[in-house]
Amino acid sequence: MRPGAFRYVSAISLDEVLQNLSEFGDESTLLAGGQSLIPLMNLRLARPEVLIDLNRIPGLAGIDIVGDQLRIGAMTRAVDVVTNSTVAGSLPALSRATAFIGHPQIRNRTTIGGNISHADPSSELPGVLAALEGSVTLRSIRGERNVGWNDFIVSTFTNSREPDEMVVDVRFPLRTGWTFAYDEVAPRHGDYPLAGICAGVQIVDGVVREMRIVAVGVSDRPVVLSEVAQASAGRELDETLIKELSKIGREELHANGDAHASSEYRKWLVGTLITRILGNFVLESR
Amino acid sequence: MNAPQTVMDINLIVNGVQVSREVEVRTLLSTFLRDDLGLTGTHVACEHGVCGSCTILVDSQSVRSCLLLAVQVDGTNVETVEGLGSLGSLSPLQDAMWREHGLQCGFCTPGILMSIEGEVRSGASAEAICDEVLSGHLCRCTGYQNIRTAIHAYFATKDES
Repeated sequence: MRPGAFRYVSAISLDEVLQNLSEFGDESTLLAGGQSLIPLMNLRLARPEVLIDLNRIPGLAGIDIVGDQLRIGAMTRAVDVVTNSTVAGSLPALSRATAFIGHPQIRNRTTIGGNISHADPSSELPGVLAALEGSVTLRSIRGERNVGWNDFIVSTFTNSREPDEMVVDVRFPLRTGWTFAYDEVAPRHGDYPLAGICAGVQIVDGVVREMRIVAVGVSDRPVVLSEVAQASAGRELDETLIKELSKIGREELHANGDAHASSEYRKWLVGTLITRILGNFVLESR
Repeated sequence: MNAPQTVMDINLIVNGVQVSREVEVRTLLSTFLRDDLGLTGTHVACEHGVCGSCTILVDSQSVRSCLLLAVQVDGTNVETVEGLGSLGSLSPLQDAMWREHGLQCGFCTPGILMSIEGEVRSGASAEAICDEVLSGHLCRCTGYQNIRTAIHAYFATKDES
C-alpha cells in the first residue's frame, strides 16, 4: 500500500504556502502531522494533486496566552500540548483531552491545527474548542480572518476553510471563574471514543451560574447540550441535580448508531460521562 | 518559490551511516527503509498507523514510518531496530525481551523495541511505558504480560548499572 502519485513541495515559509494555495487551490492538500492524511492517502481515499508540506516552516508552532485566550500555533504537536505547563496551568481540560489522542507515537507527530481542521467527529479537540466557544485563524494572500468553531466545523471531515486558506492558529478563550474538564469512553485506550464530553461550569455562591457542555463521537460534529446547561442555571450542583442533568442529557441527545455502538448505548455513555464529570466538579470544589 | 516535484534527493543518517538517495516523493519512509536500503527489520502490517509494527526513531522520537514520506526525513537522524544491536551482541533492552520471553512470533517486536527506546530516552518511567506505549502496538502472541515483565527487567538492570 502506498499513496497515489502526487507532486510535493516542502514549503519553507508561510508566504510560500499561501502562494502555492493561491495557485493550486482545490488541487492542493496541506500536510501537517499526517497522522490522518497519510492513512487516507495510503488507502487512496485521498488523492491530492499537490501536497504542500508545512513541517519545515519556522514559527508555526507555539503556545502563548494572548489577552484572555490560549493561542496554539497550527503546527504545535500534540505531545507538546500534553507536556506544556502553560496549558496545564490555564486549561488542564485541554491537556487531558489531548492525551486521549491516539498513542505516544502518534502524538509525536499529530498537530493541533491539523486535528481541528480534519473535523473528525470522534476527535477530542473540536469538543474542547466548542465547549470554550473558541476559534481558528485562517490566512490567505487575501488576508486573515478569525472564525468561531461553530462556523468552522461543518460536518464529518468538512470545515469551512476556503481552498486558498490555511489555519495558522487555534484559540481557546480562558474563562475566568470557570472550571472545564474532559472525559471519554473508548473500547481501548487510544481508540476513537464511543462518546466524549467536555463540560465547563461557573459556580458563584454555591450555585451554578452558567454551564457549557459538549458531546463528541456521537454525531457528525460536536453537539452542544443546551438543555442540560439551561436546567443547571441557578441550582446547587449536588447529587440530585447531577442525576437530573444526566437524564436530560440522554434525552436531549440524538446520537448516531453504528457497528461500534448503538444510538441507545451512546446516549447512556453520555449520561454516565455527565455524572462522572459533574461529580468530579463537586469533589474538587470541596 | 520551488515548483512541486515528483522526485527528490534526500540526505540523512540511518543507524549512524550517511545515506543519499533519489526517491519518488510518494515513497513512504517504511518502503524506503525496506526496499531502498534493505533494512527489513522494520516490519509493515496495517500501513495506516494502527498496528505499530513499523515504529522507528526520527531524531530520537518514536514515529510510525508508514505515516511519513521518505522526503520528510531529509536531514534527520533515523534509527531502526538494526541500529539497536545484533545477534551475539543484543542491546540491554533486546536482551531483556529475549530473557523474559517478551516475544513469540516476533513480528511486532522491532516496533515495540523502538517505541520503548524512544520513551526511555525521553525519560519515561517503566509504568508509563507499560501502560501508554504498549497501547500503541498490536501483539497477538504474548498477551503483553511478558513484554511488561521484560520492560521492568530492563529498567532493573538499567538502574543497577
